[in-house]
Amino acid sequence: MITTSIKRRTLLGAGLAGASMLAMPSVLRAQEKSLKVGVYGGYFKTSFDKNIFPEFTKATGIAIESIAEPTGEAWLVQLEQAARAGQAPADVSMMSQVAMLKGQSTDLWTPIDMAKIKNGSNLLDRFVNKYPDGRIAGIGAVSWYITLVTNTDVYKEAPTSWSAFWDPANADKLGLLALVSNSFLLEVTAKTFMGGTNALDTEEGLLKAFEKLAEVKPNVRLWYRDEAQFEQSLKSGEIPMGQYYHDVTGLAAADGNPVRSTFPKEGGIQDSGCWALSRASQKSEEAHIFIDYMCQPSIQATLSRKVGTSPTVQREVTDLTDKEFASVSSDIEPIVPRYDLYQTKSDWLNQKWTELIVG
Amino acid sequence: MRREPPQTLGDYAPLLFPAAMLTIFFVVPFGTMIAVSFFQRQQGGFYTPAFVFDNYARFLSAFFGGVLGFSLLLAITVAICCVVLALPFTYMLTRMGRKVQVVWLVALLSILSLSEVIIGFAWSTLFSRTAGITNILVALGIMSEAKALTPSFGAVLTGMVYQAFPYTVLVLFPALVRLDPTLTEAARTLGASPLKAFFTVVVPALRNTITATLIMVFIFALGSYLLPQLLGRPQHWTLSVLITDQAIYQSNMPFAAAMAVFLVLVTLGLVALTVIAGRKGEAA
Repeated sequence: MITTSIKRRTLLGAGLAGASMLAMPSVLRAQEKSLKVGVYGGYFKTSFDKNIFPEFTKATGIAIESIAEPTGEAWLVQLEQAARAGQAPADVSMMSQVAMLKGQSTDLWTPIDMAKIKNGSNLLDRFVNKYPDGRIAGIGAVSWYITLVTNTDVYKEAPTSWSAFWDPANADKLGLLALVSNSFLLEVTAKTFMGGTNALDTEEGLLKAFEKLAEVKPNVRLWYRDEAQFEQSLKSGEIPMGQYYHDVTGLAAADGNPVRSTFPKEGGIQDSGCWALSRASQKSEEAHIFIDYMCQPSIQATLSRKVGTSPTVQREVTDLTDKEFASVSSDIEPIVPRYDLYQTKSDWLNQKWTELIVG
Repeated sequence: MRREPPQTLGDYAPLLFPAAMLTIFFVVPFGTMIAVSFFQRQQGGFYTPAFVFDNYARFLSAFFGGVLGFSLLLAITVAICCVVLALPFTYMLTRMGRKVQVVWLVALLSILSLSEVIIGFAWSTLFSRTAGITNILVALGIMSEAKALTPSFGAVLTGMVYQAFPYTVLVLFPALVRLDPTLTEAARTLGASPLKAFFTVVVPALRNTITATLIMVFIFALGSYLLPQLLGRPQHWTLSVLITDQAIYQSNMPFAAAMAVFLVLVTLGLVALTVIAGRKGEAA
């Protein structure tokens, strides 16, 4: 009996010692300068870990612990719950525009002090996210385009306009994003047929856009939430047309797949992510250094070359060649999503949208 | 090893652990969900504690009624298909040699190790126009042109039946193994064909098992949310898909919780009805 109990205790002791040994490195690291940064898991995180973060640590001496965050709003919910408990699972996170607005409503984001962001002057205006009272909630991290994509085996000629989605010849051939707040098809409809996204200012305008959008339904084979599902079908020609990310389509084409991404004459949809600092974070100093570093034209150019994102700073200040710029962006005026609508009218839009596609 | 009814409080002690686990991991989260379903949704934000019925009111509409109805119908269809396929299969399996049984059961168990994602993607490839089974039919000269079988109701149903089939067999198997073979032998000696013996002796003898299996598969199928998305059109999306949309993409926890509570209530109601109907049938 006694032997067993000692054994058990030894085991417990050993387990505890082991656990503290494992915890040690992080205790040591806490004494140096460090920053926890949340980026979208998968391709984004891998690219940042490889191409961006090591250089940052070399330049500033601040160690980066990158955290894979889920897309959608799950990460926002986690950050908010954690902040209520005074915790920050990540100090700085890459957040979508809708998530930025929702976070603003609970003062989740620590205002950014632009005096400490020396490279901020290069930023394009639309990539500075502001509280209604003018405080800065977040700074553009990366931006990307959703464009009109086609399978080159099925469509020998590239389509030139989003109106191709409405063409009866394309019945049952489209793959579109399944949510109102990530497909931005209302904006596409407004820009293509109603003279611009301002047409969505009123409820009548929105209803009209929904009505026009309903005509697309017979052409849609797949409403996707999962990107892999559509990408595979696009490559094989199973679903030969749709909306997809310009950067990933470019990579797929470079790998020899019969796909192409086209900027329609109405413009591609430009979406973006912001760097935002959780109010529970104690690392404001390091966070400002990080955000400032990321706003440098040379870093934005590196992101364009290595990650395939479009710069958030003016093109002129970067050293991107015409060809490099064209592979991540376009000079055609983009369709900028009406993020405000997804905050003020989110439930109404979601209900109408779900009824439209499910009904 | 004697079995006696527990007499002192101490005899109940072994129950404490499972009871605590059930409370921590089931009762508490479920209670939280019910509480959240009455909270006030802050549009464009999160939610605040309150006691409002808005979330339930929003659910009570023809639209959500339709989705709920479809989800129930789909789950019932899956349950019936599974039992209709699995009952004769399992019956024949129990009549086979030990080795054959082991091979079949291991094969069925290995299906259980596949995730829903893999099952969904595998079937969507099998049903596709470019690489699907219709290409084989074209090669054999049965069809003139390859076509896509997905997205469709049939594809969703196939995927879900495939996923639930192993469970059905595993639930039916012990009852069928224990079934007294002399019953069918008696029926045969009295002149019944094997088919007639199966339907007039085996099926009625297993009525309770069959009902229990139907209920289990029904509940299992009701929670499915990935296969309808991967293999179906939006009109084939179940209520679970819409709950996920609300919880994850709209951060509307109160409404998602209200829908989930509603789904649980309807499910419990249907199960209770089945059990009551079963008892009445037995009494008659």
